[in-house]
Amino acid sequence: MKLKNIAMAALAACGFAGAAQAQISGDVVRIGMLTDMSSVYADIDGAGGVEAVKMAIADMKGMVAGKKIEFVYADHQNKADVASAKAREWFDTQGLDLLIGGTNSGTALAMATIAAEKHKPFIVIGAGSARLTNEACTPYSIHYAYDTVALARGTVNPMVKAGGKSWYFLTADYAFGASLQADASEVLQKAGGKVLGAVKHPLNASDFSSFLLQAQGSGAQILGLANAGGDTINSIKAANEFGITKSMKLAGLLMFINDVHSVGLKAAEGMYVTDSWYWNQTPEARAWSRRFFEKMKRMPSSLQAADYSAVTHYLQAVEALKTDDGEKVMAKMKATPVNDFYSKGMIRKEDGRFVHDMFLMQVKSQKDSTEPWDYYKPVTRIPGDEAFTKLADSKCPLVKK
Amino acid sequence: MTEVFGVPLPALLGQLLLGLVNGSFYAMLSLGLAVIFGMLNIINFAHGALYMMGAMLAWMGMEYFGLSYWAMLVLAPLVVGVLGLVIERLLLRWLYKLDHLYGLLLTFGVTLVIEGLFRSFYGVSGQPYEVPQALSGAINLGFMFLPKYRAWVVVASLLVCLAVWALIEKTRLGALLRAGTENPRLVQAFGVNVPLMVSLTYAGGVALAAFAGVLAAPIIQVSPLMGSNLIIVVFAVVVIGGMGSIGGAVLTGLGLGVIEGLTRVFKPEASNVVVFVVMALVLLARPAGLFGKVK
Amino acid sequence: MKARNPLFAYVLMFGVIAALPALGAYPIFVMKVLCFALFACAFNLLIGFTGLLSFGHAAFLGAAGYACGHALKVWGFPPLLGLLFGAGCAALLGLLFGLLAIRRSGIYFAMITLALAQMVYFFFLQAPFTGGEDGLQQVPRGQLLGLELHDDLQLYYLVLALFIAAFALIRRTVHSPFGQVLTSIRENEARAVSLGYDVDRFKLLAFVLSAGLAGLAGATKTLVLGFATLTDALWTTSGAVILMTLVGGMGTMTGPMVGALVIVALENKVGELGNMLAGLTGLQWFQGLGESVSLVTGLIFIVCVLAFRKGLVGEALALQERFRRPAQ
Repeated sequence: MKLKNIAMAALAACGFAGAAQAQISGDVVRIGMLTDMSSVYADIDGAGGVEAVKMAIADMKGMVAGKKIEFVYADHQNKADVASAKAREWFDTQGLDLLIGGTNSGTALAMATIAAEKHKPFIVIGAGSARLTNEACTPYSIHYAYDTVALARGTVNPMVKAGGKSWYFLTADYAFGASLQADASEVLQKAGGKVLGAVKHPLNASDFSSFLLQAQGSGAQILGLANAGGDTINSIKAANEFGITKSMKLAGLLMFINDVHSVGLKAAEGMYVTDSWYWNQTPEARAWSRRFFEKMKRMPSSLQAADYSAVTHYLQAVEALKTDDGEKVMAKMKATPVNDFYSKGMIRKEDGRFVHDMFLMQVKSQKDSTEPWDYYKPVTRIPGDEAFTKLADSKCPLVKK
Repeated sequence: MTEVFGVPLPALLGQLLLGLVNGSFYAMLSLGLAVIFGMLNIINFAHGALYMMGAMLAWMGMEYFGLSYWAMLVLAPLVVGVLGLVIERLLLRWLYKLDHLYGLLLTFGVTLVIEGLFRSFYGVSGQPYEVPQALSGAINLGFMFLPKYRAWVVVASLLVCLAVWALIEKTRLGALLRAGTENPRLVQAFGVNVPLMVSLTYAGGVALAAFAGVLAAPIIQVSPLMGSNLIIVVFAVVVIGGMGSIGGAVLTGLGLGVIEGLTRVFKPEASNVVVFVVMALVLLARPAGLFGKVK
Repeated sequence: MKARNPLFAYVLMFGVIAALPALGAYPIFVMKVLCFALFACAFNLLIGFTGLLSFGHAAFLGAAGYACGHALKVWGFPPLLGLLFGAGCAALLGLLFGLLAIRRSGIYFAMITLALAQMVYFFFLQAPFTGGEDGLQQVPRGQLLGLELHDDLQLYYLVLALFIAAFALIRRTVHSPFGQVLTSIRENEARAVSLGYDVDRFKLLAFVLSAGLAGLAGATKTLVLGFATLTDALWTTSGAVILMTLVGGMGTMTGPMVGALVIVALENKVGELGNMLAGLTGLQWFQGLGESVSLVTGLIFIVCVLAFRKGLVGEALALQERFRRPAQ
């Protein structure tokens, strides 16, 4: 018992010593990123996302508030336990100041728990589940790029208007897929459509044929792909192979430019895409994307652009406050509007949702595409407050009703 | 649309066909396992990894050397066969005098090494592999689209399994192999090079696995993980069939593939576990397996 | 083969472990090692002392983890009850597995346990209460006897106490008449049968005990880390515990602990090594070394099976014997 008391006293002493350093903890601002670097989502975020964060740090000349910025990153392999353990270790032993979560909603939910426990900011970039700003909201997480509600509202509505009223869902069997299917079904039913059925497939499934056969048997007009990354690519390819596309139209509920690049314009032509950003949208976007292209030899996805934007926003907040204290920086990030090549908007104080415009686009045909990676033609802009859940409808327990 | 038990006919037949395709893979892999077990008394855990290697070699051949599918159908099994020879000579032969479990553990280690190697180069998401031109497209049977390639897979596997069965049961070489399994000392005394036979048997068994891998490449995502889940199902197939006969292994493999396909029609969530449930039931009724001989 | 004063050695060892947080070790990491050490010790009971190779022990780790997590989070059980509930569920699962698997022996036994564990894995994948791919998260730690378990340090001493208790239980079992029969089954099953022992019943009992203790390890791990995921029930985890026991020394008491430390440390550090090498050389490929945990694990497996079957502690004990003999 005595040993324990000594140990506890020592720990307490360390704690006090830490508190004395009120300004920048540990004399360095440490940013940690956990993303999928080797599996289904490696292309849409992964190493490219890491590069984008490095670009953001380099553009700040590697220093903020007079202190050095350090960056650590790791592959969470789409496993919530790996993400959770790594995040906890970084917070406990390396004095992490900002956690950035790449793709995968399951891991993001786990990381949000840890960040809230440690009172440090956590910015979710790639994960889609709207639960992050609803049931699972915390005062320390910011949901930055997009969420399943925005995707559903963006893609489902025009397809129903064009006549696709009966839908069948092919869903990735985890938090993100379930979220996307639920949100899409809600939008569909409000627009007067019907859900004829759904089938769940494991994440990173190897063979979609049996699931697609079930879809075909339903007789629905539209096959809604409630999955992402490699899964979406494989679903589209298999659908073509089995002649599903002859009787059903495909709706890619979450698609990134890398997916279109892999599938090819021939197979993806005409598909609707709802996204937060496109590299060819504005001159500023083009300029940044060229810089990214030089490093990665491919055009950035909206997630990679969001990585850059989010880190820059954080660093600017730290610079302004001259501290990396979790609560203060969170308040500053939510109080400052975002205005860069990625997006313009405000992060909502109550639930951490970054409300910004979303864009509905359509995949070009091969003959309309004038240069490599010229894949989308814009259809319409969806204003932020229409795309995302309104505060009044939010299920976040922190929102006072 | 006609319905059977409340399920539309195209869906039922489609799943049956897919089940038959899966069953062909189960049959080929359990055949290889049975042959290796018969000769070496080792359960080759690495079978799944070598099947994966066959598929990855097919992809690599196309990607880096522009070799066609047909070329790789011959080349990949050869390469993997040679690797099998190396594994047997260098690693497995030290274990023949020990408890059989060490063979399982060693081949488990080999699996991890092969998978780890491919994973570190290629990650875990799959590489796409195109169906060869000659076999692409589907035949419209009216009640369903039958992709030509899948039909080819079933035919090719059946032919290969038949050939292996004929080799073992009907030829002199096969007779030597069987004799060598029963009584290696005696056969060696007759001047037959038994260690060489053992090595070649292992090489042949894993070449069969690689062949299955190349067949699988256009259908399943070619990923370093494609062998691991499959091998466990194949183990269950082998326990169900019993290690007794070659024909038994093939029949059990095909049969279970079909059962899996049927389950997918009526209760998709159970399709992953139905093989294991069947295994549990068979164990309760016939511990030696359906075709097994209790030694 | 026993050390001259085993009790003294054990007290020293556990004393050092108790002092680790004061010496700067990260408590969560050490607790994780302790959980896996218990898992390996439980597994060793089966392979090292009874001679049965189970390739599906991950099912018990996972089942207990989910059961305990669910009990703590959803039913609001106090921690100790949750742990016991988890271990109990694992023991029950062990009974079911055992009844089916004991019918065959050797290789078949291993294959059957593997197949059954895979079935359990798929069940967990589908069952809603496990959370599937997302896992069961935010499992509360609660309080126990006035100890506030949210504090990592207080939890540490609880986990250590649990480990010591389980370790003592294993040791007691091994050196009891029951344990002697198990050893005889391992050495020569036919002879044990001829001596009139109901071999199947003994094997089943050993299996259930091993499963229950593995379950305790799994439940404790869930308590410490706050979540239970599918990885716990995956066959690669079954492989990992075999490796831990093999590397440490099958059939020794402390071997599995050493093996667990080696393997868990390896898994943690290989990724960091990869990052460091990538940073130094600028070669992106070293990043992939983190994936190569399988590669390194596999190589260790091969080397151990071929040349190092006694494991670290086993070889150390054999060395000790050889030095002692000339003195006699």
